[in-house]
This record gives sequence, structure tokens and C-alpha cells, in this order.
Amino acid sequence: MTTTQTVVPPRPVPATTAKPETKSHLTSAARAERRLGWMLCAPAVIVMLAVAAYPVAYSVYLSLQRYDLRFPDQAKFIGLGNYTAVLSSPYWWDALVNTVIITIASVAIELVVGMALALVMQRTLIGRGLVRTAILVPYGIVTVVAARSWQFAFTPSTGYLSKLLGNGAPLTHHGSALAIIILAEVWKTTPFMALLLMAGLALVPDDLQNAAKVDGATAWQRFTHVTLPLMKPAILVALLFRALDAFRIFDNIYILTSGGHDTASVSILGYDNLFTGLNLGIGSAISVLIFVCVALIALLFIKGFGAAAPGADLRN
Amino acid sequence: MAITTKQKIGWSTANLVVILVSFVPVLWIVSLSLKDPSTITDGSFWPRKWTWENYSGIFKTSEFTHALVNSIGIAIISTVLAVTVASMAAYAIARLRFPGKNVIVNTSLLIAMFPTISLVTPLFNIERSLGLFDTWLGLIIPYVTFGLPLAIFTLSAFFREIPSDLEKAAKVDGATPFQAFTKVIAPLATPGMFTTAILVFIFCWNDFLFAISLTSTVRARTVPAAIGFFTGNSQFESPIGSIAAASVIITIPIIVFVMLFQRRIVAGLTSGAVKG
Amino acid sequence: MAGIVLDHVTKQYPNGFAAVKDITLEIADGEFIILVGPSGCGKSTTLNMICGLEEITEGDLRIGGKVVTNTAPKDRDIAMVFQSYALYPHMTVRENMAFALKLAKTPKTTIDKKVTEAARTLDLTGLLDHKPANLSGGQRQRVAMGRAVVREPAVFLMDEPLSNLDAKLRVQMRTEVARLQKRLATTMVYVTHDQTEAMTLGDRVAVMRTGTIQQVAAPQELYRSPANIFVAGFIGSPGMNFMPATVEGDRLRCELGDLPMSDEVRQGLEGSGAGRNVILGVRPENFQDAAIVPASDRHFGITFTAPIDVLESTGADVYAYFTLAGGPAQNDALDELASDSGRADTGAGDGQADQVVARLESHTQIKEGDAALLWVDARPIHVFDPTTGVNLAPQREVIGSAA
Repeated sequence: MTTTQTVVPPRPVPATTAKPETKSHLTSAARAERRLGWMLCAPAVIVMLAVAAYPVAYSVYLSLQRYDLRFPDQAKFIGLGNYTAVLSSPYWWDALVNTVIITIASVAIELVVGMALALVMQRTLIGRGLVRTAILVPYGIVTVVAARSWQFAFTPSTGYLSKLLGNGAPLTHHGSALAIIILAEVWKTTPFMALLLMAGLALVPDDLQNAAKVDGATAWQRFTHVTLPLMKPAILVALLFRALDAFRIFDNIYILTSGGHDTASVSILGYDNLFTGLNLGIGSAISVLIFVCVALIALLFIKGFGAAAPGADLRN
Repeated sequence: MAITTKQKIGWSTANLVVILVSFVPVLWIVSLSLKDPSTITDGSFWPRKWTWENYSGIFKTSEFTHALVNSIGIAIISTVLAVTVASMAAYAIARLRFPGKNVIVNTSLLIAMFPTISLVTPLFNIERSLGLFDTWLGLIIPYVTFGLPLAIFTLSAFFREIPSDLEKAAKVDGATPFQAFTKVIAPLATPGMFTTAILVFIFCWNDFLFAISLTSTVRARTVPAAIGFFTGNSQFESPIGSIAAASVIITIPIIVFVMLFQRRIVAGLTSGAVKG
Repeated sequence: MAGIVLDHVTKQYPNGFAAVKDITLEIADGEFIILVGPSGCGKSTTLNMICGLEEITEGDLRIGGKVVTNTAPKDRDIAMVFQSYALYPHMTVRENMAFALKLAKTPKTTIDKKVTEAARTLDLTGLLDHKPANLSGGQRQRVAMGRAVVREPAVFLMDEPLSNLDAKLRVQMRTEVARLQKRLATTMVYVTHDQTEAMTLGDRVAVMRTGTIQQVAAPQELYRSPANIFVAGFIGSPGMNFMPATVEGDRLRCELGDLPMSDEVRQGLEGSGAGRNVILGVRPENFQDAAIVPASDRHFGITFTAPIDVLESTGADVYAYFTLAGGPAQNDALDELASDSGRADTGAGDGQADQVVARLESHTQIKEGDAALLWVDARPIHVFDPTTGVNLAPQREVIGSAA
């Protein structure tokens, strides 16, 4: 039939010289992008370094001094003296034990209740908006206000809950006070936990649930064998955030008991030493120790449990 | 599929439980604020005698009004600054390629997980020597700093949802990177910025530790600090009623706020927080 | 309006991966050229390099004679239609189309004129004040093209613009694109993974594989004279059948039988000094129901018996699938084609038997399960070197192949 098509004759190539030998590693476009990236990040970085990094370093420096605010001229370097003082003080260890108890208890309860809430939020067939508002109310309320509410509720003869429990003063006993603190924490932050878990729930495809249904799994089996395993990364991140937050507990304890009756947390201890004891050296040492504990918790979660450090998708 | 009555009852009960648990502490405070001071120790949930006395009381002195003004002003300024600074950084992190990105992300993460008390100690000393103690700026600075990680993470998630093809198209259409940002990306990111602003505002509004550590007088004391230190209308009256009234005043707006924007808030918290 | 020259262009990423390896291509002014190939072949990367969205690691790019290797996209006088359309969701259709002109500070009256005209060309006049979210897929696609058209660029670039449309719409839009290009007579570089689009649209088609151009020629030439086994297997649907064969004197011995060699094939084999083993390429349309072949044509090929596994009827054609014992042809190009088409995953052709597809006339009497008598035309068959995959008898005039 036809002969093979002839190729369209090429244009005569102009005799422009080839590029010079060594091309710069980046084109000007890539360089401009870099500059823009740095410039856009600069304000944030400067603020964060100046306000956070520098004070932290300063804090470490302070912790190595004996520095009583009442006698500022007598500040002098004492090396690890503050640390030995803190670590050999029963107050520190009591506070640490309290903090650990509160952290573990509240996070555990929040996980269970939060999961139930997440399921309700996701699956509720009616009144979704109202439920969501209700769940967000504890999130929006100022912590101090909520703490006051609980405080008054348990105040003997004034509070409705105190009346229900026989008019005792639960906030004045170590065990019951801790329980109330945990209650206040759980009430305040379960919504946030529920939201994090709901986001994780959304990642479990409906198809898998249906497949499990067809395979004969009960609702509970579906939950334990399909939903939970697939939510594991989300759960770990939620636990990480909440554990770090819980460890730093301050507001609720301050209002409810001021740390009295042996209910102080490590943050309360730090605050007391700083603003009541006016001891910058000890206060700073406690701060640094708290920071170390928090870092350890984070490490435990990331390396030990394999929690994905949040923001993993932002790095490249 | 039709909703059976049994299911309706089941879900309604669940909803009711949730709503009750959430609102009871709030209702309790409202009730306390309306209770006649003489009945405040009667231990009943609902007021047996109503009065507006507690509310008028806290406005008798200017202390509470000052605290309100401080709270609102500081929170708004901090929010605006944090969102502006964070938008720029979040866009760069989400979209541009440059070395050092990891460091910035990690630093933000570190700050988010920081124990606040560790910062309060040195900041207290630094601000005293710089004359920033007990000033608005003295609170705005740490609020912006601690609000930045939250804002950056939330905004990055929003920026990432904008298809990257749009910037490529803008590039081909002849836009400089700055023009691409202002004419194409920023308009699409406005809802995200709004949501982020809400989250940061709630964070600033809520803060207690910085407020009590870095302020001491009505000059800069915010409402949470005021509530923490309230002494009541007179030496002899229990401050419970006044505290309750003050609490209600700063809580009701937030609840209305949350009700209006609950969809956005949920979207913001869930998109920014967990991404696998 | 300008020609494009890619001069030994390479794209290498920092991790060492080379997406495009030293390609040279000259595109004439006003030509409609298609880049086609399986995923990962480098066609989109090449397009992005022409556009300026990807940096060129080595080599030069010239548009209209000017070197633009390091120029920003906006200074290259090109327009691009993205696979996802990339329409600005917060702007109306009108604003979308006017955006580039506004950035170039064109006077408003000119903008209005150009937008109205482009809208008329693409039948968008009624949609100018709508937002993209309210448009159907086909309409959005036209807006994306309108955005490019309105700038009257020297070159149009299109990155799989039809792949997001459903099948019927795609066929319709194909002709729209062809008509548009003819009307505007602008140079167009079009990327697709669909070889049917490539065959029907382009003046020339460049078949790419793992970063290199296998062959660039007019569609018919690619079909009739594929340069190597990859191009042969990629172009044409259903694809060419390959089977191992040996040269026995003046016959090619394969599982179908002993095929007579045409003169060209014999010359090609002698000239290239091929060994006794080759790979045979037979297109489905080169088969026929032996009962239908007129007696005068019979001697151009051979008949053979094959048990028909599956019979597909499209109405106009009948496709008969049968298997040959003796194992499939082996070549890395064939492996890549198999994995690209998904055949590697189905376990078909796993070394035991090779499946062949034949296209028969619709009025054939052959049924599924029959041990059918088929005829294969030996004239248009291709012979490939088993190691290099090169077509051993490429430039051929093919006379009267079976219709």
C-alpha cells in the first residue's frame, strides 16, 4: 500500500554553543525556592529559639547555682548541688510518684472513655451536632473554671457531690484528692483524646468492617481484630501527646488542693520552690529534671512502642 | 437503611449520657453564680434562692473588668501574631524544598512537648530584668511561642490539602512564588487559617501557669489568674459566688463560640494532630 | 509557534536515579507529537522538563531556536494542560482563563476579547461565570484547555489530559483535541500511556521506555515497522503475539509450523548475521479462520490446528485465544510489557505455555473449545533478535496483508 512515512525533516539546528562545562548544582529557580523557604520560616524560628531555646539554656545555667531571690547578690555556682538536694528530697519523690500515678491513671481512663466517645461521635445516627458540641465544651472551658467547679462540688456542705458522698472533705485526703484530680483531668481532656481517636477511626475503611461482618465476626470481634489493630498508629500518637500533657499537670492541682495533703505534682513542686520559696536554683533544677522525664517518656513511646513521631509526613 | 426505634433509643441514651457528663459541671457553676450568698453552703445543685448579686458584685471594682480586657486583648494579639508567623512557616514546610526543614519541624515538636514550668522559671527572671514582667508583651511572647507549634502543624495539614498542581499551573501561567501564594494559595487556605486562629485563641484564653507566674497586678493579670486568686467582694463573704460569676462570664462566650464553630474545630484538631 | 529541540537531555535525581537518559528529539514547528510509554518510562518527566517544572540535569533545550534550558516556565512562552486540570477553585471560568494574562499586565479590553474568543472556540461561552466545582469532567477539561489556548503560546504541552474522563467521553474529546490543534497549528507535545490515543492523534509518536526513546515515527510506521520488540508489543491492541522460532533454511520453525520467509525477512536475517534462534512477532490480525481464507492466498502462509480456550466477540470482530506448548518467548522487554499490562500478575504465561490471540472475521464458524483450523499470513510477520530485541527486518513494504 503506502510506503513507510518519511520522517518530517528536522529543522536546521542553529549553531548555538553548548552550555559551559560545569553547570551550577542548583538552577536559579531552586535557589530562589530555598531562599523563600528560609525567609518564610525565619520569624517562627527566631521566636522559638529566642523564647524557648535560650531560656532553657539559661535554666540549666541557673540550676547550677545557689540563687535565692531574696539574696540575689549571693548567687554562686555550686555545680550539681541543687540536683543532689532535689533528688535526695522526699518531696521530689513523692511528687514524682503522684505525677506518675496521675499520668497513668488519667491516660488509661481517657483512652477507654475517649474510644467510646469516638465511636459515639462517628456512628451516632441522630443529634450529631449537639453531641459534638457537648464533647467540645470541656475542651473550650478554661481549665481553672472547670477546676473551680469540681472544687466547689466537693467542698463539704456546699457541693452537690460532697453531699452525695456523705459530706466528707475528699479534697483533704491524699487518696480521694488524687482521685478527684484524676477526675478533673479526665473530664477536661477526654474530648481531645476522643478527637484524635476519631481521626484514627476514620482511617479504618468501611469495607474491612463489612468483610469481617460477612466473615461472621461479632461487633466486639470486629472491634478487637479489625479496628484496633488498624488504629494502632493513631492510638500511639494520641497516647504520646496525652502522656506528655498529663505529666505536666498543674492547673487542676493548683486549684483543687494547691498541692497540699501530699498531692503535689512535679510541676507544682517546681512552682512552689520558685514563687513561694523564691529559690531560683532549686526551681530551675526541678524544671530541668522535669524536662528530662518528659524526654524519657517521649523516647519510650517513639523507640519503645514505635509511635510515629508526629509530623512525620512533614519531613522529606 | 431505616433507623429502628430500638436504635434510636440506644443512641439517644448514649447521646444523653455524653451531654449530661459534659454539661453538669458547667451547669453547677452557673447555678453557684446565681445562688443567693446566704444559701451558698446549702449543697443543693439548683439555687433555692436566685440573685444577680454575684454578677453585680464582681463589676463593683475594676479588677475583674481589667482582667477581662487583659485576657481579650492578649489573646487576640497573640492569636493574630501566631497565625501570621505560622502561616508563612507552614507554607514553606508544606510546599517548598529547602534544607533545615527537619530541624524546624523537630524544634516545633520539642516546644509543643515542653513542660511549661521549665520555661516559666527562666522567663520569670529574664522578664524581670527586661522590664517585661507584668506587661501584656510579657504574656504575648510566650503565648505566641507556645502557640506556634500548634498553629504550624494545623496549618501545614491545611496547606497540604491544596493540590500542588495549582501552584504549578500558576507558575506556568507566569506567577512568581509570592504571587502564587497570595493569589492562589492564600485564598484557599483562609478557612484553615480561621480554624487555626480559633484553636490558638482557645489555647491563649485557657492558659494559667504563665498568667500567674508572669503577672502580678491588674496591669496584665488575665481572667484565669484572677479566678485563681479571687478573694471575693468583702473579707467576710465566701468568694464562691463571685468566682462562679466570673467563671460564667468567661465561659459562656466560649461555649457559644464552640457551638458555632464545632465543625471547624473538629476538622482542625483532627487534621493537624494525627497524620499516621 | 516554534519548534522544540531536546539535545542530549538527561534528568538525574540526587539519589542517582536517571528518569530520562540522554534523549535527543527534534519537534518541528506546528507538529503534533505524542510521548507514549508505560508508567515510569520518563514521558511526564520529559514534558515537565520542556515546561520548566523539572530541572534539566544535562543537555540543552531549545524552543524556537532559543536556549531555554534554565529559563523559568513563564518566560518560555508555553502553556500546559495538567492531568488534574489544576483549575483555580476559587475563581470563575472567566477568571481562570484570564489569570495568566492579568499577571502579564495585559490591558483589560484585550483580556476580555481573548477570553471571549477562546471560550467560543471551546464552547464555554455559557459557563464563563461558573466556578469549576459546578462543572462536569468534560467541561473542566475544556476550561483547562481554554486556559492554555487564551495565551496563544508557542507550544502546547498536555499531560494525559483525557485520562480522568470516562471511556466514551475520552473518545469524543480526542477528536476535539485533534481539531483544536489543526485549527491553531501550534506545536503540541502530548503525553499519554494509552497507545490508542497515541496512534489516533499524533503526527509522530515517540515510544519511550525506562528513560530512552525507543522509536519516533508516524503512527503507521510504528505499527508496520517497529524498530524493536518493545515498540512492536506496545503498539497495537490486542498486542502482538511473540513466540520463539528457529531459522531452518528458508523457513522459520515455530510452534505453529514452518513458516515461509518473505524476501525481506530472508535478506534481513542474512544481513544481520542472526543465529538460529529468533523471536517471531505475529499480530492478531495476521491470523484468520482457515475456512474463510481464499484459496489463492493460502500459500502466503500456513495452516495449523489449535484448541480454542476462549472466544470473545465484540460484534465487529472475534478474538480467539489459544495456547501453544513449548514455552513463551523470553526477553526483558517482554517482561516489562507483561508487568505493565498486568499480565505478569495473572500467572498466565508462567513458563508452561504461551497464550496467543487471533483476530478472526465476525462471520467465522469457529466456536470456543473447537480444535480450530487457523491460517497465519507469513508476509507481515516480524522477526526479532532474542537478546537485543532489535527488529531484524525493519524497513519493509508490506503488500496486501490480511485485512
